[in-house]
Amino acid sequence: MFFQQLINGLTLGSTYALTAVGYTMVFGILELVNFSHGAVYMFGAFVVLMLMTALKLNFMLAFVIGVIITGLLGITIDKICLFPLRKKKAPKVASLISTIGVSIFIQNLVMLVWGSETKNFPLVLNLGSINIGSLKISYLQIIIMMIAVVLMAALTIIIRKTKIGKAMRATAQNMEAAKLMGVNVNFVISFTFFLGASLAAVAGVLVGMYYQSVDPMMGFMAGLKAFAAAVLGGIGVLPGAILGGLIIGVSEILAAGYIHAGFRDAIAFGILIAVLIIRPTGLLGKKVQKKV
Amino acid sequence: MLKLSGVHSYYGNIEALKGIDLEIKEREIVTLIGSNGAGKTTTLKTIVGLLKPKTGQISFNGKDITNVPTPMITKMGICLSPEGRQIFPRMTVRENLEMGAYTRSDKAEIKESYERIYDLFPILLSRNNQQAGTLSGGEQQMLAIGRALMGKPKLLLLDEPSLGLAPMLVETIFELVKEINKQGTTILLVEQNARMALMIADRGYVLETGKIVLCDDAKKLLESDEVRKAYLGE
Ligand SMILES: Nc1ncnc2c1ncn2[C@@H]1O[C@H](COP(=O)(O)OP(=O)(O)OP(=O)(O)O)[C@@H](O)[C@H]1O
Ligand SMILES: [Mg+2]
Repeated sequence: MFFQQLINGLTLGSTYALTAVGYTMVFGILELVNFSHGAVYMFGAFVVLMLMTALKLNFMLAFVIGVIITGLLGITIDKICLFPLRKKKAPKVASLISTIGVSIFIQNLVMLVWGSETKNFPLVLNLGSINIGSLKISYLQIIIMMIAVVLMAALTIIIRKTKIGKAMRATAQNMEAAKLMGVNVNFVISFTFFLGASLAAVAGVLVGMYYQSVDPMMGFMAGLKAFAAAVLGGIGVLPGAILGGLIIGVSEILAAGYIHAGFRDAIAFGILIAVLIIRPTGLLGKKVQKKV
Repeated sequence: MLKLSGVHSYYGNIEALKGIDLEIKEREIVTLIGSNGAGKTTTLKTIVGLLKPKTGQISFNGKDITNVPTPMITKMGICLSPEGRQIFPRMTVRENLEMGAYTRSDKAEIKESYERIYDLFPILLSRNNQQAGTLSGGEQQMLAIGRALMGKPKLLLLDEPSLGLAPMLVETIFELVKEINKQGTTILLVEQNARMALMIADRGYVLETGKIVLCDDAKKLLESDEVRKAYLGE
């Protein structure tokens, strides 16, 4: 029973982790919480579904195209709604409100175009499951976790080892100095939004596959929990977002299983609050160094 | 090589530069001195495009760079070692130097640049894989200069490289500035330490509340009464 819950929790947690890195990367560079991220996650799931159902594309193709489209949506959100505010040096709260507006806009757009009802997500990978005693792990769960692991590893390598990754870190640590090094910070910001949004799209699709349904509000709670995961792990810190995502996924499932299904959502935020009281910077967060 | 004519720069409504005319010739060391808040840092920021002048013109090797964005200016060969070092604290020393070479792709020459910088600042080599934020102030200053040099600048701008360093180290830094210049890099040096700056410079400009008030050979400035009274504390 416990191990079953753990597996289910890690599966869900992997999707939170994929979403949480988007919050954390954007925050790292712009010190901004991008509240449109949950809607982007939902949009990703819908686009892939529509490419499969309306355009009859096969799943893999729909998946790749949908993820790229969603990545481009991430760039567009920044260019239209955030870049002009940055340029005018508007206060951070203006950008924050702007991202909430974008979130509502995307939700409404999806409802308008595709309807507000819950839609079936076809069973694209019906692979069955492994049974070990009473423990049942579906291949889909394994695939979800593996995709998350592979993408997180790839992301870590990009950020630690590649030129663009180093430019991202430099921009996050000191934007003016990064410009002095010759970094085109606007490109770096766009690239960051692309990465974050496309990873959120992957998470949205995986969740759609897992529950075999998508709906226009699915990004709301998932977005909040992924944000909680990012803060729990220490916002701005990549491994923190992954750790936070897994902890929230697991604890949510355990709470539902051992306490009451109604506690599912409350527990995620309960843990967040408890951790922040003890460690305000989050689990892996570093002390905020005030620039002098 | 670099020419500023009638440059006015603003922070919001505050006019920080009130018509700067300044010229640097190839291979020179030119120093810009002035008291706190005179506009020295602002002048450097305006040259590298972090601040756009409201009016006036800046040209580099005959090209108008007044409205060129900062990364392009770096690429053209003007590198700034900024006030307060501004290194990347959570990157290693090596990664900071790599960032300095961001616009370059000439692998072999980049390798030479590393060697040259480790030669100038051996301490950086022994701290190669240390997080830059954990370096001492002096080491960070050397890293900031080294990082700017990694851009292979034709013109190196140094904003108070000796600030906060022990007297011994100040001497070393000035020696190194001379050495870097000998190796062929033109230098614009901003300093509080006017005497040392004027001793190694070819020419100097004196800035007062956003205006150039004096400009002459460094030796003459060192001897001039105004400078001695106001900046050399005599
Ligand atoms: N970001 C800013 N916003 C508003 N005013 C500024 C800003 N930066 C500098 N100033 C003002 O512009 C003027 C020139 O500042 P600047 O930093 O260029 O002086 P400085 O000569 O480099 O002084 P210091 O020797 O203390 O470094 C000062 O009056 C300063 O208060
Ligand atoms: Mg200054």
